[in-house]
Amino acid sequence: MSDIAIRVEHLAKRYSIGAGVESYRTLRETLGQLARAPFGRGRTRSAAAHIWALDDVSMEIKKGEVVGIIGGNGAGKSTLLKILSRITTPTRGRARISGRVGSLLEVGTGFHPELTGRENIFLNGAILGMARREIARKFDAIVAFAEVARFIDTAVKYYSSGMYVRLAFAVAAHLEPEILIVDEVLSVGDAKFQQKCLGKMDDVARTGRTVLFVSHNMAAVQRLATSALLLEGGCLAGTGPVRPMVARYLGGHAHARYQAGRRTGRPQILEAQLVDAFGQPVAKPLNTETFGFRIRFALPQSRSGIRLGIGVLTGDGTVVFTSGSDDVAIEVPADAREYEARVMVPGDTLLAGDYHLAVCLWDAGETLDLQEPALSFALEYGPSVLYASGDNRKGFVNVRCGWTLEPALSLVGLP
Amino acid sequence: MNVDVVAVRVPCLDAIVDIEPSSGLRPLNLRELWSYRELLYFLAWRDIKVRYKQTALGAAWAILQPLLTMSVFAIFLGRLAHVPSDGLPYPLFSFAGLVPWTYFSTAVATGAVSIVGSQQLISKVYFPRLLIPLSAAVTPLVDFAVAMLTLVAMLAWYRVMPGAALAWLPLLLLLAIATAFATALWLSTLTVLYRDVRYVVAFLMQFWMFATPVAYPASLVPAKWRVLYGLNPMAGVVEGFRWALVGGPAPGPIVAASAAVVVVLLVTGVVFFRRAEGTFADVI
Repeated sequence: MSDIAIRVEHLAKRYSIGAGVESYRTLRETLGQLARAPFGRGRTRSAAAHIWALDDVSMEIKKGEVVGIIGGNGAGKSTLLKILSRITTPTRGRARISGRVGSLLEVGTGFHPELTGRENIFLNGAILGMARREIARKFDAIVAFAEVARFIDTAVKYYSSGMYVRLAFAVAAHLEPEILIVDEVLSVGDAKFQQKCLGKMDDVARTGRTVLFVSHNMAAVQRLATSALLLEGGCLAGTGPVRPMVARYLGGHAHARYQAGRRTGRPQILEAQLVDAFGQPVAKPLNTETFGFRIRFALPQSRSGIRLGIGVLTGDGTVVFTSGSDDVAIEVPADAREYEARVMVPGDTLLAGDYHLAVCLWDAGETLDLQEPALSFALEYGPSVLYASGDNRKGFVNVRCGWTLEPALSLVGLP
Repeated sequence: MNVDVVAVRVPCLDAIVDIEPSSGLRPLNLRELWSYRELLYFLAWRDIKVRYKQTALGAAWAILQPLLTMSVFAIFLGRLAHVPSDGLPYPLFSFAGLVPWTYFSTAVATGAVSIVGSQQLISKVYFPRLLIPLSAAVTPLVDFAVAMLTLVAMLAWYRVMPGAALAWLPLLLLLAIATAFATALWLSTLTVLYRDVRYVVAFLMQFWMFATPVAYPASLVPAKWRVLYGLNPMAGVVEGFRWALVGGPAPGPIVAASAAVVVVLLVTGVVFFRRAEGTFADVI
């Protein structure tokens, strides 16, 4: 038995992006084409209407490895997971998977709102590939993990979004495959529950199982993964230990300003920009001056309980600090419109260096939009005696330590 | 219960899975299908449970639907148009035909949209996709059982005693399930590929019912055309059901022709479905 869990050879996936968004045809269309060109191939779509979501990817993942897949939007992360989970077939290439696969591309797949929590546990478990007896054996553990014991015989349509997500994740967390494939599912639930989920993923990884997961959350990737795959535009841009890969990903996406592409119709971060103390755009801020971030976001529909948060990361993705609207008791209004927030960082907080900004919109139930990194910036030392030693100062923050220095009292020689 | 019995059994028995482009003929993995039988049970159970929870009438609907159709047939076709009924009381005659037909039309109507309707599942989880139309073909069997009980009550009311032909009923039921499943395979795949097929299905079912001896006896069809008539697989199923339950002329040639057609429909349906299923998630 070899120690390779997943072997991928020249995997490629082509999607047609026809005239419209829909990729299926209508019968009328096809019949019409046949009538016009009875001896043609019946398909007149040009090659230009195709996109290679995944292009010639080859790699190997060893048993017991925990691999994070990172890359920007449209890099092919989800397509790779879909092929490895056998949800869709590749256009070219092949993959061999040795071991039972459990894939979790969404939390709560197949949950039915009319059924009770108990019924949904069994249904969802069966969909994820658990045997009925196995579910029955783990039932109590699942209910305890989800903290929904009191409502287990209530239809899940009456659940709060938090309860729903907890129950759904609890079922999935008790799946015990040899190879676990997970897509961005850690973005659900409140902070406490997310910690619990991360802990559970840690446990899974520690039992020697192979884990392959996609996340936009670099802190989660660094915490869980031992190695990382970096995808760019459908191609494999690099593989290796997780830290350098994350640094490369963050570095490769260094922009001075973030601007959203198309509107998603969901709560969305539209723009993020580095500004000085007066709100004017600034390119090279000094660490002695107050600087901050101007963030515009939109709520297309009225929605309450939205929170906005930022995180400042070092060049290699370590979180220096975070700040959320809920930390400072600022309530985001529920009205459907665009908002602008300014988050200011007082001078003399950070040391000089390269930093990334992450911006996140979320509510109690889920992460609505996360841009990591939204923008990147280099902080330079301002003219201050504090930084006279320059690059000799290590670390990232300027802690105002209390100092005294005086000749030490000597007991020797006292009368 | 000893430890071995509790041991975890995961559906995907194959330790090694090869993922390749889906082209050409892909053999049916019966072993895998069998290992997923519990999921079939849960999918059917979900649909039954939800239906009976949502509809106020619940089980009563399974009785009312064929019963009301029968009343309409009995008044307009039996009483007014004097459609013959092989010497049986017309209500009993038409109800015996409506029970298998209602099963079939429900199975096909839900089966045709079953893949499109399971978009959520198909785009997020792997399991043999064949289970979805199969579940659509199996689920209406509950309503069928309820309707059969009504039919038994009607037999008692009209004092009709089924003969030895009743022994054929299980095989005929199997033929009905196979017909529904094969039709659902074809229509569900076509509905994914051509989204306007679903509008054709409603018309098709109406047309199909008139081509099936539900409201009239197959004996109305001239004898030399009977086998051709049997090419409609539901003609064999309905005629066979009626024969097994309430007697009448033995429909041998029709049933034989229907069974042959069903086998062809089923094999081609599975091949067609298997070719398309690899990319269901992309086009759905």
